[in-house]
Amino acid sequence: MPTSFIQPEFKVKIDYDKCHKCGRCVQQCGWGVYSFNERPIPDDSKCRACHRCVTYCPAHCITIEKNTLAYRENDNWSPDARKAVWRQAETGGVLLTSMGNPKPYQRIFDHLVLDACQVTNPSIDPLREPMELRTFLGSKPDSVQVESDGNGGFKLAEGEGMHNNVKLDTPIIFSPMSYGSVSLNVHKSLAMAATRLGTLMNTGEGGLHADLYPYQDNVIVQVASGRFGVNPDYLNRGAAIEIKIGQGAKPGIGGHLPGEKINKEVSGTRMIPQGTDAISPAPHHDIYSIEDLRQLIYALKEASGYKPVGVKIAAVHNVAAIASGIVRAGADYVYLDGFKGGTGAAPQVIRDHIGIPIEIAIAVVDQRLRDEGIRNNASIIAAGSIRSSADVAKAIALGADVVAIGSASLMALGCHLCQSCHTGSCSWGITTQKPELTRRIDPEWGAEQLVNLVHAWSHEVQEILGALGVNAVESLRGSRERLRSIGLDEQTCKILGVKPAGM
Amino acid sequence: MTTRPRYREESSFKIHGGCGLMGICDESGELMSGEDAILAMAVQHDRGNGLGGGFAGYGIYPEFADHFCFHMMYHDLRAKEETEAYFDQHFLLDLAEPMPTRPVKGITDAPLLWRYFMQPYPNKLEESEMSGEDYVVRAVMSINASIDGAFVASSGKNMGAFKGVGYPEEIGHYFRLEEYEGHTWTGHNRFPTNTPGWWGGAHPFALLDWTIVHNGEISSYGINSRYLEQFGYKCTLGTDTEVAAYLFDLLLRRHKLPLSLACKALASPLWDEIDRMPKDEQDVMRSLRAVYGPGMLNGPFAIVLGFNGGMVALNDRIKLRPLVAARKGTKIMVASEESAIRAVMAEPDLVWTPKAGEPVIARVKGMDWPIHGDLHLPPSEISCAVTGTEQSCDSVEVNA
Repeated sequence: MPTSFIQPEFKVKIDYDKCHKCGRCVQQCGWGVYSFNERPIPDDSKCRACHRCVTYCPAHCITIEKNTLAYRENDNWSPDARKAVWRQAETGGVLLTSMGNPKPYQRIFDHLVLDACQVTNPSIDPLREPMELRTFLGSKPDSVQVESDGNGGFKLAEGEGMHNNVKLDTPIIFSPMSYGSVSLNVHKSLAMAATRLGTLMNTGEGGLHADLYPYQDNVIVQVASGRFGVNPDYLNRGAAIEIKIGQGAKPGIGGHLPGEKINKEVSGTRMIPQGTDAISPAPHHDIYSIEDLRQLIYALKEASGYKPVGVKIAAVHNVAAIASGIVRAGADYVYLDGFKGGTGAAPQVIRDHIGIPIEIAIAVVDQRLRDEGIRNNASIIAAGSIRSSADVAKAIALGADVVAIGSASLMALGCHLCQSCHTGSCSWGITTQKPELTRRIDPEWGAEQLVNLVHAWSHEVQEILGALGVNAVESLRGSRERLRSIGLDEQTCKILGVKPAGM
Repeated sequence: MTTRPRYREESSFKIHGGCGLMGICDESGELMSGEDAILAMAVQHDRGNGLGGGFAGYGIYPEFADHFCFHMMYHDLRAKEETEAYFDQHFLLDLAEPMPTRPVKGITDAPLLWRYFMQPYPNKLEESEMSGEDYVVRAVMSINASIDGAFVASSGKNMGAFKGVGYPEEIGHYFRLEEYEGHTWTGHNRFPTNTPGWWGGAHPFALLDWTIVHNGEISSYGINSRYLEQFGYKCTLGTDTEVAAYLFDLLLRRHKLPLSLACKALASPLWDEIDRMPKDEQDVMRSLRAVYGPGMLNGPFAIVLGFNGGMVALNDRIKLRPLVAARKGTKIMVASEESAIRAVMAEPDLVWTPKAGEPVIARVKGMDWPIHGDLHLPPSEISCAVTGTEQSCDSVEVNA
């Protein structure tokens, strides 16, 4: 019997005429593709097309090609569907994967276009005029009450005004990714970048390593179902606290960080014994209803001196009503994670088939909160495949206050979306705890890459605002009048609150 | 005879346009004729295209100072009869007369123009358990919504709006404004870039004694209107002027912000400036911007809000539309162009260009505040009164 029906997905080709025989590819590959016998010999079946070897080959003599093996044509049984059956027949297990949903669902962002000013109102040149991106994350009152300051001016009335908001210099923050799923150097890169950018990184559910304490004012600390690393000190260090209910890539599913990844540092940060599996239950076992959530929100506020407490949920069918409940339960922000959001590990069937697009989720949640008159009570963070500054602008125009980027930020650190985070052997040193791999990321360099990316996107958002003739991001937020759709059906347009182009 | 287009129908698209405007106020309460306002607008002739001009005058009906004065536009006699039947039922009418006009070249197709000086029937008012202002807004709403071919151009006390299709100086002469004397005047010259308007569509835009003239296009209209909808306002006209009017109503009347701060919320200082302010002021401004960000008017505009007791002129936050101000003695004047000021005020004491977002406020000595008097109606009714769409009033106010 063959050991597997499944043939390699990629072919590794080396131009031996050019090859220096230096062995760097052998050393760089985290998957063990190469062996060395006078020259590098690739094992195609192990290749993930992460391009680490290609990038580091001094002779540029490696190419990775798709294995173009022909399958008898069948539109119903795609090669991927066949391979999944074979793999499960071999292993009897749930198919694991990582990063975001790669299936060819409609990408709504790509069917939305933005407006610009011509003649009747002027566009604004962001190179000459101020173009403000400052955003406040948190709950705002419905009105501002003032009283006379006795000198002809005004001051806030006692206890009035905006409290406990986090100031962001750009409406782009980093998504939660736990220490454990990513390396400490990745966490450091994110924290340093967030501090320099005046924005936020998010611990994810793995606790806050002591090395990140200097950056704690730019960190959201997460409280997830496993409660890893949660203690009063942790809660008081963050700029805000986030209760993680769900994740776009795996709504309704818990998490499992295998014991091999729980080294000494991870163990200390997560407050669990070294080498034990870190299992996050699917639900929080103290949250079985919305009133339980309210209790946890207020417990966290009490424990932290009333820091903003947000709630992260996966975008699912009933997201508007759920978000409304969350805001009424006292959350300062709702974090919506769309079904294309990434993950460090998830069952493929869940990742690819559960949840709804983030564009829809933003639109219905923003509208519901407005209909109920509670939109000012909470900010909306949107995530789940924000791929460019255009997506940022469109998400904000649909109604998000802030967007969070996960996959894009990892790509800034080298991620090539090979969807193998769950293996723990990331050649780029991102989603691994192996010291020989994690040291591939220098946090200084990583921070610079991330700062560059967010700066670039922020500048582009400023260009978009200028074209729209507004000079502050709050004038774009929720301004769906500045969006038009191309090629979306009428019902989707209605749900998005966006007119088709030409109207 | 065909009936007039409903206001909504005129503007199923957002109205784009440029314009010219003026406002003058004598803070001593001294009266001046409408001639100056006409002159100021005539100088700015080229800022319009003849598709709309109008004026508002305050203090012009001292003999009826306690009466609500309805300036009416009727498309036909039937509309007039229906409206008058409504007035008979609800108001104690002291004087009804055609608006004094004279034939002017360029003014054609004028509707029937009448004015009425009235007070709510005391027993009806008592029955309704409303203030006089509430009662009047309800009446305006009923007429605009349910009487086809009738439109209330203004409905305040001791003031009136005079507007129509034509250049403003033609409209001013048509309405014989030189025969009126008021302490505050505003004027407007419209340059709509969509289809020609109807008479009711010209500025000023008025409800009770409150009028707005506006030059500009508000690029943030989309979020401004969604923000207002949250508080129950219905933005159905598709004009920027409408959102500006409702935002003033929200901030001044409902949230009780002082006028100067309401202006700061609508044309906010830049964060750089806020960061440099003294602590108390900074706290106020940070909160104002964060809370009222969705209401901030972004994009080019200059606006003059008139009320019984003065006026306020406001420019957008980076001054993308012109606005010049001047003072001579107790008179304060603003206009889109300095030439208009120089034509009216020989040798002003001071001429200045108000900074972006810096309001010019003129207050007539001894006159009451707040504007809008004793009004308590929810926003949905305020906006329905203006838009004339009764069916849009059925939604429940969620955030009074």
